[in-house]
Amino acid sequence: MRTERVVLHFPKHLADKPVIVNLVRKFDLDFNILKATITPDEEGVMVLEITGEEENFQKGIKYLKDLDVKIQPLSQDVIWDEEKCTHCSYCVNYCPTKALQRDKETYLVKFDPQKCTTCGICVDICPYKAMEIRLIV
Amino acid sequence: MAKTIEEINEKIRQGKAVVVTAEEMIDIVREKGVEKAAREVDVVTTGTFGMMCSSGIYFNIGHTKPRIKLGGGKVYLNNVPAYAGYAAVDIFLGATALPEDDPRNRYYPGKFVYGGAHVIEELVSGKDILLTAITYGTDCYPRKTLSAYINIKDLNEAVLFNVRNAYQNYNVAVNLSNKTIYTYLGMLRPNLGNANYSSAGQLSPLLNDPFYKTIGIGTRIFLGGGIGYIVWHGTQHDPSVIRGENGVPRRGAGTIAVIGDLKQMSPKWLKGASIIGYGVSLSVGIGVPIPVLDEEIAFYTSVKDEEIYAPVVDYSKAYPEREPEVIAEVNYKELRSGEIEILGKKVPTNSLSSYAKAREIANILKEWIKEGKFLLTKPSAPIPGPESGIKFKPFSGRELKEEVGSK
Ligand code: SF4
Ligand code: SF4
Repeated sequence: MRTERVVLHFPKHLADKPVIVNLVRKFDLDFNILKATITPDEEGVMVLEITGEEENFQKGIKYLKDLDVKIQPLSQDVIWDEEKCTHCSYCVNYCPTKALQRDKETYLVKFDPQKCTTCGICVDICPYKAMEIRLIV
Repeated sequence: MAKTIEEINEKIRQGKAVVVTAEEMIDIVREKGVEKAAREVDVVTTGTFGMMCSSGIYFNIGHTKPRIKLGGGKVYLNNVPAYAGYAAVDIFLGATALPEDDPRNRYYPGKFVYGGAHVIEELVSGKDILLTAITYGTDCYPRKTLSAYINIKDLNEAVLFNVRNAYQNYNVAVNLSNKTIYTYLGMLRPNLGNANYSSAGQLSPLLNDPFYKTIGIGTRIFLGGGIGYIVWHGTQHDPSVIRGENGVPRRGAGTIAVIGDLKQMSPKWLKGASIIGYGVSLSVGIGVPIPVLDEEIAFYTSVKDEEIYAPVVDYSKAYPEREPEVIAEVNYKELRSGEIEILGKKVPTNSLSSYAKAREIANILKEWIKEGKFLLTKPSAPIPGPESGIKFKPFSGRELKEEVGSK
């Protein structure tokens, strides 16, 4: 089994074709639409989570590429909103990579995005929603 | 050589008062001794910033045309139910209220994205709040529904009223079970995976005046960024718990009920909080000035983190089952170091209250007093100490289980 999040760019001529349905029918893949939009120049952008057997997964991707769908892996970023952060330091010891740290003197919390692996723990637990996951498309 | 509050206020008016924070007082007493510190220092400022569920606001919206009687009807603010059991147009909103369609913990652990506390924060920020109401008509109040945006600046009296805040010491929560649990003290990992606490320790108001000798009814305080007052002892006030030799309670003990003008306050010091798997709460900033009237008070205000002990409690069983068991006692210096040792295991600690903000509040209050903007008050009555005999009682209602079962 493989689960992958991908960003698909559909050219204009595919906009009304049953492309995604075929992923299910032909390749037995499961999908979960995370986001779908149409850009101003009518290109469709869809963020999908695809799950299926490795072999089917490869075939499905090939099918999309052959249709001229551009595929890029989805990356995520965790953003720290300093305005919302109360520096309670609650998140610090949950962070597995020490991307969140508390200064020993000032007790202020700092976030180092370089160290963050976007595990999302802090996003779930910060009471003030100061940590946010953003999908980069 | 004892001082009076009036003498201290006179010094404040003249800009001559010596005001220090509770952190600064620690070093002053260590260097100069209690006697000299008592003579030199006039006021010690304290602070705390953390989630205080027992918070709420009330306000009066004025009379609509035609008039409506909200009392006895139903009122929602941004979809969050508010209490409308007062007269025609007075409303109370509690911090922990949730919209009726919030899934709560049905999808466990629930996210509790929005509730009363968030409405309070938005109202204080000056945002428009949607008020929807449905009620019954009368000859004098014919209208039955209302749907309108309201704004804090147009309300008649908007007041923050909290029935139990600024806990004097509190539990340290751990989880001895083998699965993650979600509590009001945060997410607790299995098998003593972490220990969570919530107190400003040496900066905390009631820990600097353990027997409530200066803090009482009528004490003027920093509340939510504005000026507020202590109006009573808080619910669950429990002054008779065991104390250390320094008089400091070793368990959750005293609490205060506070009130203040919401219009003076700021969203910086009143913040909606969402606690995963638990609910919504309001984080409140409180700062209390302590007049250094004599040596005894100078001594109490010099209390430091390593002298304040908190009980470690298992929130997987002992707490929910209300068993008295305390696993260990740890002090706030250990807690603040980020790691404590319990049952022979090194356990990481997490703070839910913000020490950085507590410090900021103590400093703001210090500046207000130094600038002569904030005078101290003499309490009109004390809040009950251990001599009162007040003890926080467990639930003693007569449950109807058997009678229901026998039907
Ligand atoms: S839990 Fe949230 S508010 Fe607290 S320090 Fe972390 S990011 Fe800041
Ligand atoms: S997402 Fe994970 S790694 Fe990144 S800061 Fe939050 S807890 Fe640390």
